[in-house]
Amino acid sequence: MIAPGHSNRDDLLARLTGPPGPELSCEECFAQLDHYVELELAGTDADTTIPGMRAHLEGCSACGEDHESLRALIATEARADT
Amino acid sequence: MDSSKIVLNPAGAEQESRVWIERLTAIGSERDAALAELHALLLRAARFEVGRRRAASSQLRGGDHDDLAQQSADDALLAVLGKLGDFRGESRFTTWAYKFALYEAAAKVRKRSWQGREVPLTAEAWPLMADDHQRTAQQSVEITERLAALGEAIERELTPHQREVLVALALNDVPIDVLAERLNTTRGALYKTLHDGRQKLRSVLAARGLGLDEHKEQTPA
Ligand SMILES: [Zn+2]
Repeated sequence: MIAPGHSNRDDLLARLTGPPGPELSCEECFAQLDHYVELELAGTDADTTIPGMRAHLEGCSACGEDHESLRALIATEARADT
Repeated sequence: MDSSKIVLNPAGAEQESRVWIERLTAIGSERDAALAELHALLLRAARFEVGRRRAASSQLRGGDHDDLAQQSADDALLAVLGKLGDFRGESRFTTWAYKFALYEAAAKVRKRSWQGREVPLTAEAWPLMADDHQRTAQQSVEITERLAALGEAIERELTPHQREVLVALALNDVPIDVLAERLNTTRGALYKTLHDGRQKLRSVLAARGLGLDEHKEQTPA
């Protein structure tokens, strides 16, 4: 069986072994997501303030997608406000 | 001022958040009005999410799926009201509330796009895909060795549950919310299982001298 969507073997390796280093759980990620996104959009160092978030967003595709969406929504609204 | 940054006006936001909490914890018509306004915001966020997902999924094209957005806004409103005491003011109240609507909508869309599809929990055979040839022979050998070691470790070192979860999520692209529903568990519990399995696989690679980033820092003397 060829796994669908994995044309390259580095990608497969990354999916099987996950990100290196400590990462937040899904629950911790959800609890901090709004704060993290606002720090990112304000141009401050979100990863120093909330360590382990970046690794979780790389390792957990559902939380990664939720992060992308919140970031996109807030950016859209901030642009509409100005 | 740097125009590439989005200014979120912290002082005004704090005041705005305080007013939201006051109105939502008031009684009578003040609260009813706040609830209606909040529901409208959550519905907008849920529609935003459904629209994004629909554009990205061939399963969902050809329907507006507004029922999902409506249901997500309803569920998110309950979640927000239930968690109001957890709001710490670390972000704007609306940013905090939106994440509930996005979460509900994303999970519902993932489930709908997998409705009626079988969730594959096993790999028929270890995928030995063709290399892209854009690497040196040495790199190619290393990655082949690692994948072979991982295939073996998945069979021998993981528990049956870890194996099932890893294969479904990392190999077969099953969305975690869909798997959680079928296995009657939660996203958080499944991710922990995935994480533990991945850690075990990493330690197998390291023990065989095939470690990933670790071996750069701690090469045995
Ligand atoms: Zn997660």
